[in-house]
Amino acid sequence: MMNLLTQPVGLSHYLAVSAVLFVCGFLCMATKRNILGVLMGIELVLNGANLNFVAFGSRLLRGGTSDGLGLDGQAIALFVIILAAAEAAGALAIALNFYHTHATVDVDRAEELKG
Amino acid sequence: MTANSNLIPSLLGLAWLLPLASFVLIVFFGPRMGKAGKHAALVATAAIATAFALSFAALVLWLLQNPLSAPNPGGHAAERVAAESAKALSGEWYALGVFGPLRIGIGYYIDSLTLAMFCMVTFVSSCIHVYSIGYMHEELSEVVDPLAPLANGQPLRRRGRFCRFFQYLSLFCFSMLGLVLAGNVAMVFVFWELVGICSYLLIGFYRERTSASNAGNKAFIVNRVGDFGMIIGMMALWTGMGTLSFGDYRAVDTAGHRVTLPGIFSQVRPAETKHQLQVPDGMVKLASRPQIERIVLAHRRDTRTATAAIAGQLRGWRSQGLGYGLLVVAGLGIFCGCVGKSAQFPLHLWLPDAMEGPTPVSALIHAATMVAAGVYLVGRFYPVFTPEVLLVVAIVGCITLFLAASIALTATDIKRVLAYSTVSQLGYMMLALGLGGWLAGILHLFTHACFKSLLFLCSGSVIHACGTNEMPRMGGLLKKMPYTAITMLVGCLAIAGAGVPLLAVGFSGFYSKDLIVAQALSFRASNPPFGGLFFYVAVIGAGMTACYIFRMWYLTFAGEPRDEHIHHHAHESPKVMTVPLVILATLSVVAAWNLFGTGYGLQPLLEQARPVEQSIAHGVFLPGVTMPFEHEAHVPQIHTPAELVAFLAALIGFVLATAFYGVRKWDPEDARRTFAGIHRFLVHKWWFDELYSFALVRPVLRISGWVAACDQRGIDWLIDHLAISVAAVARFDDWFDRLFVDRLVNLVAQWTYAVGLRLRRLQTGNVRQYVMWLAVGTVMLFVVMSLYWNLALAAGM
Repeated sequence: MMNLLTQPVGLSHYLAVSAVLFVCGFLCMATKRNILGVLMGIELVLNGANLNFVAFGSRLLRGGTSDGLGLDGQAIALFVIILAAAEAAGALAIALNFYHTHATVDVDRAEELKG
Repeated sequence: MTANSNLIPSLLGLAWLLPLASFVLIVFFGPRMGKAGKHAALVATAAIATAFALSFAALVLWLLQNPLSAPNPGGHAAERVAAESAKALSGEWYALGVFGPLRIGIGYYIDSLTLAMFCMVTFVSSCIHVYSIGYMHEELSEVVDPLAPLANGQPLRRRGRFCRFFQYLSLFCFSMLGLVLAGNVAMVFVFWELVGICSYLLIGFYRERTSASNAGNKAFIVNRVGDFGMIIGMMALWTGMGTLSFGDYRAVDTAGHRVTLPGIFSQVRPAETKHQLQVPDGMVKLASRPQIERIVLAHRRDTRTATAAIAGQLRGWRSQGLGYGLLVVAGLGIFCGCVGKSAQFPLHLWLPDAMEGPTPVSALIHAATMVAAGVYLVGRFYPVFTPEVLLVVAIVGCITLFLAASIALTATDIKRVLAYSTVSQLGYMMLALGLGGWLAGILHLFTHACFKSLLFLCSGSVIHACGTNEMPRMGGLLKKMPYTAITMLVGCLAIAGAGVPLLAVGFSGFYSKDLIVAQALSFRASNPPFGGLFFYVAVIGAGMTACYIFRMWYLTFAGEPRDEHIHHHAHESPKVMTVPLVILATLSVVAAWNLFGTGYGLQPLLEQARPVEQSIAHGVFLPGVTMPFEHEAHVPQIHTPAELVAFLAALIGFVLATAFYGVRKWDPEDARRTFAGIHRFLVHKWWFDELYSFALVRPVLRISGWVAACDQRGIDWLIDHLAISVAAVARFDDWFDRLFVDRLVNLVAQWTYAVGLRLRRLQTGNVRQYVMWLAVGTVMLFVVMSLYWNLALAAGM
């Protein structure tokens, strides 16, 4: 098992950071009762994943050569960012309406979709 | 053809269709015509009265076109007869179907007989329609019929059927006129059956009474027997002549030329033979089939020469008598239908029972018109009948005449006396026709129509007043019902043939009966060994007629009332009933008279329609039979003794009736005791009903019983059990379905439902919980996948 701290910055470091980001985001989603907090957690999760894409997509970090432009990762990351923005807009609209009807932003109080 | 000659068929056609229009109107709007359909009677009466006016107009037109020849007492009719055949108009309005040379259509055959029948039928019908307005008035309100008791013993109560009665009468008039007008045998047959239907409907008018419905059935079934023979006759005519049309008719042959084809009369009595009876070519060819086959083979199937050879042989075959039998069969077949319709000897049983119908119906259908249709048809087919057929006609008429007259002597029901009298008079007509007396028979048809409808209407008036048909409960009604009594007396005198012999002045029946008796005497002179029998029966019949008819009159009107209650309630009928009586009584007197100072009258008119005389006086099968010319009966050596003997016989009958029932010099009871055997025989109507019941009705009923038993025990049982087993299979199927199929389906549904209920709990609606499940699930997925990955790798190794 190699020690990340002693190694030069490479793919593994990016993966480590992205995992941390992902777990932070996930915990944020799972623990925050405020809907805005949950949305922030989602942003973190998405960006953790983005970081993975970018890292895997970078020719420099992979170190190998390959055909084509090698921009797949970056392109998908851009897509994710756009989707996240759209999703955030939708989610904020829901949040606002939820607040109007329930006068709160606590997700635990939203149980109408119970089966 | 001039415009006038086309007008006569149109007039008669209109007169024929008017009653049909009235029938249709009453069928659809009858019950809405006035209160309880009261005005339906007016519609029907107006239709038939207009028909009479049209018929009379047609008769006048005819007489303008065909003036009657002056009467020639010298009796040289034979020369006229040999020179020309009877004048007739024939044609077709509408062809229903053309099958080769056979044309079936709605056509007409009009001669002075047709015109006279039209006038008679429409006139008598008009009188009877008017009379019925009074007679049937009870039908306007609810009717209580004590003769049709219900199961609980109460009399039946039903709605009145006033308009239905007139509806049937109109249909009958239409049918009867169609029968008279018809231009071909097929059309005759159709209307023949239609009058039968009307008769059936009207006999069974009080259908709730068992006796009435039985009588209707009896009339209908007995007539079927005769009609069967008639169909055979029609088939014989068709196969033998290829046509059913009476007169010649125009047609288009295969080459497209207009040709005139000979009708039945022209084929049987072609102009080349001076209208003497000749077996038609078709019948000769049918009978000489083997010879024709031989000729065709000999000519090696060369059609042209073979046809010529056959044509050359025809005369020889005809003189051998080939095909004559077919002509006899045709004649006998047609006569068979007439026997049924005119209630002649073997089939006479239905007419007395037909008296169950309302009395105007008895007068119109069962006395004046329908039953006379058989005689009319014999008269119409006269040219076709061979001497053999005529002899059969005479024998049947002779038997009927005697049999019915004898039964009428003992009947106590006033309508039955008249019914048997009708049968007997029809026998007279047949006898006359069969002995060669065409005019005698047909003239008696007309005079009989007048006085018998009068007698029936009078009896109806009496029944209306007394409420019973039984003469032993009447008596002494002369003062109570003067109009009825006097008009009935006129009818009785007419039927008895009252008149002054040697002066030739008398009631209408006097002329026709004299002609018949004279013809019988003439026949006796030309057939010495057996011909006298007909003469004696005719004379005895004349005596019996006078006896039973005056017995009836005395029992009804003379003497002391025998039932005080009935006598007390009796009353003269209203004017609407007595006026037709007076009119018909007048007609009964004058019907056979010529117009004063002219040669115009019923006899010369009918004389004009006389078919050509029977010129082969000898039959082929019965060479001994000689049919005398009718004009031979007019010579004084025959006519005068016949007249005197007939008058004497009628006088004896009258004196006997007066002695027994008029002045009560002798007691009828004594005579009854003295001749107990004969009396029983006559009261039981010669046991004919019992004989037919034993020989025909009961065997048929027994066979029907067997068939019914087979049906009920065999076929019904089979079908029942089939149904039961099918039901059992169905029940098993039902049980199986419920127990297995349904249960399986229900089980699946219940299970799915239960699973759904459980799964439902997972969806809590708590977002954070979902996120946790997501994470845990993903992790678990990875764990499992990595485990399997390792396993797969290890296996791959």
